[in-house]
Amino acid sequence: MSDFDKNALEEAIRIKEKLGDVELVTLTVTSEDAKAVLREALAMGADKAYVVSDPSFNELDTFGAAYVLAKAIQKIGDFSLILCGETSLDSFSGLVGSRLAEMLNLPQVSSVRKLSVEDEDILAERALEDSSETVRVKMPALVMVTREINQPRIPSLMMIMKASKKEIVSLTVDDLGVEREKLSSKIEVMEVLAPKTERKKIKITGETPQEIADKLVKALIQEGVIGR
Amino acid sequence: MSGNMEVWVYSDRHELALEMLGKGREIADKLQACLAAILLGHDVDEKADELIKFGADKVYLIDDPKLVSFQLEPYLSVLHKLAASYKPEVILIGSTRNGKPLAARLATRLETGCIPDCIRLSVDEQGRLVGERITYGGNAVAKIISKTKPQMATIPARAFEKPEPRERIGQIVKLEVKVEASRTEIVEKKLLETSAVKIEDAEVIISCGRGLEKKEDKALLDELAAILCGQVGCSRPLAEDRKWFTEWIGLSGHKVKPKLYIACGISGVIQHVAGIRDAKVIVAINKDSEAPIFEVADYGVIGNLYEVLPALKEALKKHLQ
Repeated sequence: MSDFDKNALEEAIRIKEKLGDVELVTLTVTSEDAKAVLREALAMGADKAYVVSDPSFNELDTFGAAYVLAKAIQKIGDFSLILCGETSLDSFSGLVGSRLAEMLNLPQVSSVRKLSVEDEDILAERALEDSSETVRVKMPALVMVTREINQPRIPSLMMIMKASKKEIVSLTVDDLGVEREKLSSKIEVMEVLAPKTERKKIKITGETPQEIADKLVKALIQEGVIGR
Repeated sequence: MSGNMEVWVYSDRHELALEMLGKGREIADKLQACLAAILLGHDVDEKADELIKFGADKVYLIDDPKLVSFQLEPYLSVLHKLAASYKPEVILIGSTRNGKPLAARLATRLETGCIPDCIRLSVDEQGRLVGERITYGGNAVAKIISKTKPQMATIPARAFEKPEPRERIGQIVKLEVKVEASRTEIVEKKLLETSAVKIEDAEVIISCGRGLEKKEDKALLDELAAILCGQVGCSRPLAEDRKWFTEWIGLSGHKVKPKLYIACGISGVIQHVAGIRDAKVIVAINKDSEAPIFEVADYGVIGNLYEVLPALKEALKKHLQ
């Protein structure tokens, strides 16, 4: 579970703690064994975990991932709120949450750093480049949270023990009625390169910090980046 | 310009739209396509003229009171209708907090791919758009193409140089499109207080990373910044994890282009490097000789910042007097 997901889960737990009568489920789409991650989510406070896995999922792009998530959500049933992280740690694409909202035809609020639930509505504060805005939206809705929204809890031993009794439901592509052709990637990675640099890479060495600092300052004056 | 092929540029931030027109122009020329900017808003005719000056052949202008400020669903509905009827070859969208969800939903509605946060864009021999983006936790650059059309990509601010404006002839196409209502309602909007000098404009930046042991030690950097008339910045962990700063320099934060960037105790993961690659001269000070920051620095000092910075302060005083 990436830190971004933890922030989303933490926020969901806080909403549940405030409102009481809420069932909190987590959903994961993966090509690998995700049991450890799911156990962690359950220990933090989720009631139930769903996992959809298939070896072919390692080829999923953001469209395919959102499609499988949407199919699974439709299968799981009614919901009021979907919370997800702003992005994922591996690729930072940040597209899946919004694609999911589109597939489920949901209103969405992204870049959320403060969230509250008022009756049927969500009130969310968004952090934009040069402003912040507070948005009201009727549930059901999808919310994407930022890292600053909260500090995710670390489950205690007690919570970990309790979580071992909670249910993990495994779903397959066939359970969900997924159309295989919709899983084919819409983008293709042609090449992965090491980032290139064109820097001088000069090491400044010396016997003492003073000597080094002296050489560095002279070099920077030569470059014309300091002094008049 | 020939045929009906079009390359589109849209951003909810006008400055970014202007920046994107430079690269958009290059892509359109290679494809022998028309470069069109999409402008949504109310009473924005001046911006339309500006988009042409910065390189657009054509501006699709949708003027509607309902578009006076950005809201995802109304804007999405208009862009989708335009794209569905004009079928552009390429759509470039500014990767802002509003632009990213917009691009993702538009791509989904058009059942196409989207290459997010491209730091480089080109066209290959087969006329395909190639986007390069930082990936794999920041350790590599991936070259990606879209297998579906329109070929979509999002572009972060300051990835590309803003072109020089000039007097050009362009066409402004005013269209009436039905604007869908928003299910979200903005109940309050506050402009952020911006510091007097933006770090983007700083000529000298002294920046710290995880090598800084205590928040108070920032004073070491402040002293240097004062002598060099520069500003102090930091890498992401100091802002996001330690909360010592509210903003950071890097791919997800501010992208800077100072004359001099001094990285103190910054390891140099590629997300950070992506934010400083336009610096003229980069100096790295780090006690770990294996730190990747040395690979992207012009001058490297292997040493403890707590010893090097005070010495540097004295040396600067001596030489700059």
